[in-house]
Amino acid sequence: MAELSLNNIVKRYGSLEIIHGANLEVKDGEFVVFVGPSGCGKSTLLRMIAGLEDISGGELKIGGRVVNDMEPADRGIAMVFQSYALYPHLTVEQNLNFGLRMNGNPKADTDRRVKQASEILQITELMQRRPKQLSGGQRQRVAIGRAIVREPQIFLFDEPLSNLDAELRVQMRVEISRLHKKLGTTMIYVTHDQTEAMTLADKIVVLRSGNIEQVGAPLDLYDDPANQFVAGFVGSPKMNFLRAEVVDNQPGRVGVALRDQRNVRLSLPITAAGVEIGEHVTLGVRPEHFLDAGRGDADLTVDVDVAEHLGNTSYIYANIAGGEQIVIEREESRNTGNRDTLTVALSAAKTFLFDGAGNRLR
Amino acid sequence: MKSKSKSTLIRSLALHGLLAPLAIIWLFPLWMMFVFSTMPDYGIFSPGIILTPSTGFMDNVRNLQADTNFIGAMTISIVVAIVYTVLSVMLTSMAGWALARYQFAGRPGVIGIILGTITLPYSVVVIPQFIMVARDFGLANSWVALIVPPLFNSLGVLFMRQAFSMMPGELFDAARVEGVKEWQIFLRIALPLARPTMAALAIILFLASWNNYLWPLLINSRPGMMTAPVALGTLIGLTRVSWGGIMAGAVMLTAPILVIFVLLQRHFIAGIAAGAIK
Repeated sequence: MAELSLNNIVKRYGSLEIIHGANLEVKDGEFVVFVGPSGCGKSTLLRMIAGLEDISGGELKIGGRVVNDMEPADRGIAMVFQSYALYPHLTVEQNLNFGLRMNGNPKADTDRRVKQASEILQITELMQRRPKQLSGGQRQRVAIGRAIVREPQIFLFDEPLSNLDAELRVQMRVEISRLHKKLGTTMIYVTHDQTEAMTLADKIVVLRSGNIEQVGAPLDLYDDPANQFVAGFVGSPKMNFLRAEVVDNQPGRVGVALRDQRNVRLSLPITAAGVEIGEHVTLGVRPEHFLDAGRGDADLTVDVDVAEHLGNTSYIYANIAGGEQIVIEREESRNTGNRDTLTVALSAAKTFLFDGAGNRLR
Repeated sequence: MKSKSKSTLIRSLALHGLLAPLAIIWLFPLWMMFVFSTMPDYGIFSPGIILTPSTGFMDNVRNLQADTNFIGAMTISIVVAIVYTVLSVMLTSMAGWALARYQFAGRPGVIGIILGTITLPYSVVVIPQFIMVARDFGLANSWVALIVPPLFNSLGVLFMRQAFSMMPGELFDAARVEGVKEWQIFLRIALPLARPTMAALAIILFLASWNNYLWPLLINSRPGMMTAPVALGTLIGLTRVSWGGIMAGAVMLTAPILVIFVLLQRHFIAGIAAGAIK
């Protein structure tokens, strides 16, 4: 087990900079999830931690040692790949013990580790099969087993569940969470799926275009996003963003009106220093934070487009005047789909405000 | 269902009807080679075409052996072809691996040069190669001269490079993270996975060495070190050509290759397809 420290880490391919000075501290035993859209640099960052990509600048420490120029195998890490990367010509048992055998680890110790890993992952009956004879979930277990036998200080997972079907993904997610509790080892997990991030992480690192946008506990990111990007990325369905304009700015309160429905006005309990009246801003409302008409601070009438009924809850896709589409989550209301319009209420306390550059106004 | 099976049958019949004559056209020279190998020289030049084998095969073989020590030449051919194939597969695999998996300065240039050598006809290369090996290195009439110069096979390098390029990089990354050394990754992971391609390449290289006539003829003037095709060539004299012996020798040269091809056919086709499609 070990802590991890990224100090101004930079990655360049020629003149193109991919990671722009990442700083991060990961505590011993923490489960950290790197999340972000495709191409944000999360896998590159993970591969730099693994030693599979050179570090162009900055300092990477694992367990207090600088490991920038250290071989992957000497860093005390183990990695689980998206494609599982199992050796197709070897049996499960050989896949598990391959690395240890090649490194001349004593046979008794190798056997003990393989047995232990196979028992933890319940794959003992699969030991003589080859990867092609396994299901997706079984392959994933073997890939995790191969990481476990290394007894690493840090586990690295590179989108390990993205090749599995939805049901299996949920099952494996729970198993990885259980494994973390059992082993107590530091884990770094890369995904583009914010649900995985929210459910697994002690700490989420949101990346965009090679920059760390925000680091925090899942609910902290949900409750208090640093900017519009994080607000839109964390939470499902994603936050609605409504075009608005500042109409009033008093100490401790900012009044805004929707640009497409100017009669909808909210007075938000924020300071927002430097914001001027008439400035264009964005109002962020999570689908689950719309209230019944009359029960919030301002009512908003929308044209219902489509309603999805999921049993206990409904997602209503609706358009506000001006054509912006929003999603409203409501407790199951079977008749909503038949209506043309719906009136819901906005709560100032549950609404976020962002400036033109997407920065949060507080 | 019935109409479907009927249309399948018609398609199959049409396909066989088209391919069977082609197969006959392709097999006819081979059959005639076998027929001629069973006839005395005067029988080959008889006025009518005889399509059935005669009984003189062993006489032709005895004459061939007496004239050229053909069994000895076959042994040399087999040794040369096996050693050449093994060494060349090893060499081209290593070169292919390096070109597929390592980034180094000048890599595109190296690939370009290798590609370029494929376009050069062998007749352009053979004279400078002969001068270099025979005069500069003084290796004429040696096993080394027979085997080593053709070892680096450009096609083989590109063939193996393609096979290694198609393998998912994460396999090798996984091994690196596990502390497996580069040579172990190559030997224990990459080579076993490239087995079908290597089998196909081995057949191609074995055939190339087995059929090679010009280079062994040029570099080797010692009668005791003649390969089988060169030995057969000696039967074409100024005044007399022993066609019966040549045909018997050709049958003996062709038979092992046919057997090998039939046995390894599955690998051969899989290897070629792997290079072509994936």
